[in-house]
Amino acid sequence: MIKVRKNSKNNHVETGADYSLQLMSDLTLVITFSGKIDLYTASYLQARLISDLKSHDAEDVIINLNNIDMIDDYGLSILYDIEAFCDRRGKSFEILHLDATNQRKLDFFKSEINTLKHADKKDTKSNFFLVLGDTTLIFLREFKKSILFIGDIILSFLSLCMKPKTLRFKDTINYVQKTGVDAIFIVGLISFLLGLIMAFMSAIQLKQFGANIYVASLVGLSMARELGPIMTSIIVAGRSGSAFAAEIGTMKISEEVDALKIMGFDITLFLVMPRLVATVIALPILTLFSNFFANLGGLIVGTGMLGLTSHSYMHQLGATVALNDFLYGIVKSIIFALLIASVGCYRGLSVHGGTEEVGKATTSSVVSSIFLIILADSMMAVISTYW
Amino acid sequence: MNKDIIIEVQELMVKFDDNIILQNINFQVFKGEILVILGGSGCGKTVLLKHLIGLLRPYSGTIMLGGTTLSDMQENLYRKFLSKIGVTFQGGALLGSMTLEENVSLPIIEYSGLPDISARIIARSKLHMVNLEGYENYYPSEVSGGMKKRASIARALALNPDILFLDEPSAGLDPVTSAEIDKLILNLNKSLGTTIVIVSHELASIFDIAKRVIFLDKHSKTITAEGDPHYLKDNCEDFRVRNFLNRKII
Repeated sequence: MIKVRKNSKNNHVETGADYSLQLMSDLTLVITFSGKIDLYTASYLQARLISDLKSHDAEDVIINLNNIDMIDDYGLSILYDIEAFCDRRGKSFEILHLDATNQRKLDFFKSEINTLKHADKKDTKSNFFLVLGDTTLIFLREFKKSILFIGDIILSFLSLCMKPKTLRFKDTINYVQKTGVDAIFIVGLISFLLGLIMAFMSAIQLKQFGANIYVASLVGLSMARELGPIMTSIIVAGRSGSAFAAEIGTMKISEEVDALKIMGFDITLFLVMPRLVATVIALPILTLFSNFFANLGGLIVGTGMLGLTSHSYMHQLGATVALNDFLYGIVKSIIFALLIASVGCYRGLSVHGGTEEVGKATTSSVVSSIFLIILADSMMAVISTYW
Repeated sequence: MNKDIIIEVQELMVKFDDNIILQNINFQVFKGEILVILGGSGCGKTVLLKHLIGLLRPYSGTIMLGGTTLSDMQENLYRKFLSKIGVTFQGGALLGSMTLEENVSLPIIEYSGLPDISARIIARSKLHMVNLEGYENYYPSEVSGGMKKRASIARALALNPDILFLDEPSAGLDPVTSAEIDKLILNLNKSLGTTIVIVSHELASIFDIAKRVIFLDKHSKTITAEGDPHYLKDNCEDFRVRNFLNRKII
C-alpha cells in the first residue's frame, strides 16, 4: 500500500459514509467504501470520488464494498458513474463484495443508460418533412373540427329560433351579468382614460391651427366606429372568453361534459348557446357604455384645456357622429361577441388530458379571439369603404 | 414486531370552523409495521393522514415524530422529515405536465444532488419496481387509473422513505391490480422494512395486508377499535366495527 486518503465531512461523518483510496503497485487503485452509501451521502461522495479519480493514473480500478453497512440505488449510481469514467479512460473496473440483488440493480442501471442514450439520439433526429406533415395534419384536423363546431352553432341557433324555450334562460341571464354588468366598471374606466388621452394628444396638435373644436369629432367618431367596439371586445375576450374556455375545459377533464352527453343533452345547446347569447346581448351594451365614457373623457379635456364650452363640444359631436356610425359600431360588436364566445367555448371543448390543457385552452382562447377581432375589423373596414 | 414508536398522536382534535371532525385521537405507529386507518366514507381518514404528514395543523393535541412535535418543527427539520416519508394521494396527484419518469425524478433531483442522468435512472428503477417499465415517457393523462396509482407509489418510493403514507391505494382499481398493489406494499414492508400507514376502506386489501388497524367512527368522531382486523371482525365489542368488517348493513 502506498497511499491512503480519507474523506469525511458534515453529515457524512454522522452516517459513517466514507471511502479510502489505496494505490497498489502504481497500476491498481482500490477504493474501499464504508458506512451507509445512500441518498444523503451519494452526491457528496460522487463529486469527491470523480475528482480523486482524475488525479490518479492507475490502469485498474477496484471497488471494495466489504466494509459498507448498506448501499441503496443512490449509492449504486456512484458505482455506475465510476465504471463509466473508467470506460471513457480505458481503465479496467471491478467491484468486490457486491451482493446479487445490488448486482441486478446495477445491471438494470447500465441497460437503462443505454436505452436513454439511444432514445436521446433518436429524439435529436427530427425530420423537417415529418414535422411539416404533422403540422399540416394538425391544422387540417383543427380546421375540420372548427367547421363542424360552427355548423353545430348554426343548427342550435335555428333550433332556438323555432323553440326559444330550449334556451337555458337562467344560465343566460347569469352570463349576461358576468360578461356585461360585472365588466361595466373596467370598461368604463379604460374607455374614459382612452378618451382623455386621445383628446389630450390631439389637442396639442389641433390647438396650433385653431381647430380645437375638432377634438370632439375625433374622439366621437373614432370611438363610435373603431375603438369602442375593439377595446370593449378585447376586455371581454380577456375576462369572459378565457373564463368560458376554463369553465368548459375543467368540465371536460372532470367528465361533466361526458355526463351531460350521456344524459341526452345537446352540448352546444346546453353549454355554448347561453354563453353565446349572453355575450351577444352584453357586448353591444358595453360598447355603448364605452362610447359614453370615452366622450366624457374628451369633453373634460375639451372644456378644461381647450376652452370649449360643453354646449359647443356636444354640438360638434352631434354634427360629426351620425346614428349610422353608432349602428356600425354596434354591428361590429355583435360580430366580435360571436367570435369571442365561440372561440372560448370551442377551446374549452377541445380540452383533453389534464389540468395543463385547461391553461393552454384559456391562453389560446384569448390570443385567438384578439386575432380574429382584429382580422374581422380589418375586413369590415375594407367592406365598408367600398360598399 | 419491533416496538419502536415513530409516530405518536396524543389527544388530537380536528375542527373546521365549528364543525368537529375528529376528537380524542390517541394512537402510535411502530417502526416497521403496516397500520391501516379504517372507517366509513366521511369519517375523517384522509384528514387524519394530512395531519400526520403536516399538511394540516391540529386544532388541539400533538403529533410527535421521534420526540419532536410536528407542528413545532423548524422548517429545516420539517424538510428533512419530508425527505424520509413518501405519500400517495387519492387521485395519484401526478403532475399532468410531466411524464411518469419526470414525476418520479422530481424529488430525486430536489433532494439527492445527483446528476440528472443518475436521477432519471433511479426514477426508471422505481417505475420498474411498480411494473411500469415501458411507460416512462407517458403522461398521466395517457395511462389508466391503476397505472397512475402505481406511478404515484413509485414517486412516493423515490427517496427510499422510512415511512410510506398511502391514501386509498387500491380504491377504484380492478381486483387484480388491487392485489398487485397489496403485494407491492407487503414486499416493501418485508424487504426494506418500510413503515407503512394506509388509509383505506377496501376490506379485501385490509385483511390481506394489515397487521393492525385503527377504526375511526363517524358518529363519535374518534377511534373506536384498534387491533388485528381478523380478530376484530368477530370479536370487537363495537357492533359498528364488526358490521363494517363483515360488510353488514347497520
